[in-house]
Amino acid sequence: MPAPATANPAPAAAPALSREKVKIEVRNLNFFYGKFHALKGINLVVPERKVTAFIGPSGCGKSTLLRTFNRMYALYPNQEARGEILVDAQNILSPKQDLNQLRAKVGMVFQKPTPFPMSIYDNIAFGVRLYERLPSRVMQERVEWALRKAALWDEVKDKLQQSGMSLSGGQQQRLCIARGIAVKPEVLLLDEPCSALDPISTARIEELISELKADYTIVIVTHNMQQAARVSDYTAYMYLGELVEFDVTDTIFIKPKKKETEDYITGRFG
Amino acid sequence: MSLYARRLWLNRFNLFVSLLATAFGLFWLAWILWTLFDAGLAALTPAVVTQMTPPPGSAGGLLNAIVGSLIMAGGATLLGTPIGILAGVYLAEFGREGWLAPTTRFVNDVLLSAPSIIIGLFVYEAYVFHAKHFSALAGIFALALIVIPVVIRTTENMLRLVPDSLREASAALGAPQWKVITLVTLRAARAGVVTGVLLAIARISGETAPLLFTALNNQFWSLDLGAPMANLPVVIFQFAMSPYDDWQKLAWAGALLITFSVLALNIVARVLFRSKTSAY
Ligand SMILES: Nc1ncnc2c1ncn2[C@@H]1O[C@H](COP(=O)(O)OP(=O)(O)OP(=O)(O)O)[C@@H](O)[C@H]1O
Ligand SMILES: [Mg+2]
Repeated sequence: MPAPATANPAPAAAPALSREKVKIEVRNLNFFYGKFHALKGINLVVPERKVTAFIGPSGCGKSTLLRTFNRMYALYPNQEARGEILVDAQNILSPKQDLNQLRAKVGMVFQKPTPFPMSIYDNIAFGVRLYERLPSRVMQERVEWALRKAALWDEVKDKLQQSGMSLSGGQQQRLCIARGIAVKPEVLLLDEPCSALDPISTARIEELISELKADYTIVIVTHNMQQAARVSDYTAYMYLGELVEFDVTDTIFIKPKKKETEDYITGRFG
Repeated sequence: MSLYARRLWLNRFNLFVSLLATAFGLFWLAWILWTLFDAGLAALTPAVVTQMTPPPGSAGGLLNAIVGSLIMAGGATLLGTPIGILAGVYLAEFGREGWLAPTTRFVNDVLLSAPSIIIGLFVYEAYVFHAKHFSALAGIFALALIVIPVVIRTTENMLRLVPDSLREASAALGAPQWKVITLVTLRAARAGVVTGVLLAIARISGETAPLLFTALNNQFWSLDLGAPMANLPVVIFQFAMSPYDDWQKLAWAGALLITFSVLALNIVARVLFRSKTSAY
């Protein structure tokens, strides 16, 4: 299939988008929870080393779409995705795709913090040990690096051997972010990562996102319009399982092409 | 009578009836324990744990029976725990689809509630009868058959309490399923699984019927797994039924020992469960 990536562009792909290097391309994606049709004919490109935000009202399918990128849904027998998702031009929905390899490349942080029942140190080392055999000094450096990136190091450096579950909710979330970046994935999926955080931690995470995009491709789901506007380069607005509009963030927020998008962003939704 | 007054009255009535039922149950339990302590403590001499079971009409202890019980309960636990945990993991982590898991679950529930004498008879038919002699090994098999369903059930239940988000989080790092299970979910459910094993041990430590058909009894000191072996429940059964005063006293002492150990196991299980599960 020699068709170039731009032959089937995302809806109203902006000229700016065609200049980007594509990391993930979604082609005519449909998703089903049993009989429920949760995503309808999604077409979208996620540019490399940029931040892409998914916004839209609750239940519109943002998490569902995000969870197709690392095939998280494959854990559940009655969930099914049809269509194509190309990560580095390889269709990850193909049955031949090795899931663990995919997830090593596409990391994810969930809305609710999910520390493992082990020490803070091991929470981070757990993922790293899956892929690399590091001497303990190098591992210590890696753990510290990840914790510093997630703005958690100063709070936990004296209690790395304590259980990860003894941390506060916001600290747990930053621990999960540190865990996600410690394995150095290429893509990081963030599903409302700041919804449990206070404004200071949120600001730190946003800083982190801006910093990480030099090396990683980031997709973030958020309910916070200001956050989407602050951190993302591209924004997708979804509604009832459909992708309504996808464009450069400034365009979406300043002069969206669709009226629905404008209504949602200006709070006249509903 | 107003609606409110009627509800108030109904509430008091229900409270009274449930308190009465509780008191009824506790009354018998207290009586049993009182009798046991009264007769058992008097019989609990150092000889009980230092001497062998005596011939009729003479003094002695329960040492061979205590050791026999420990060996068989330990053997059954060592045999039954891994099988039970593995099967419980299968049911909780892999049994989301297909027919095998529901069937296993059903059979396990039947086994869980099967009278233990039937398990004794089964091992007698399937093993003792062919081997042509009673043996400690047969006793271990019979007790293991009681341990397995208890451990399967608790392991599955405890693993199901572990939230799916934890499985997702570890899978999202690219961890293969066996690592997710051994390093994350089983670890999160550890206290509950251990509790299940302790309760299974408590359950088998007083079982008489399955041993009567398998390990039988042995008046002498024996560590041979291929030979009949003394054990507390059967000794208690035999001694308590006897007309000899010495034997009856020893039976009380044995009963008290079993009760103490079951009580201790239950307390340990509760403490473990409470301190570890609070995190989830
Ligand atoms: N496990 C599931 N089984 C069945 N339906 C589901 C499941 N998860 C989500 N859905 C449905 O799919 C639709 C999209 O859900 P999704 O979680 O993707 O929404 P969302 O945009 O992330 O919402 P929110 O902003 O509230 O997180 C919803 O209608 C939801 O009810
Ligand atoms: Mg969501």
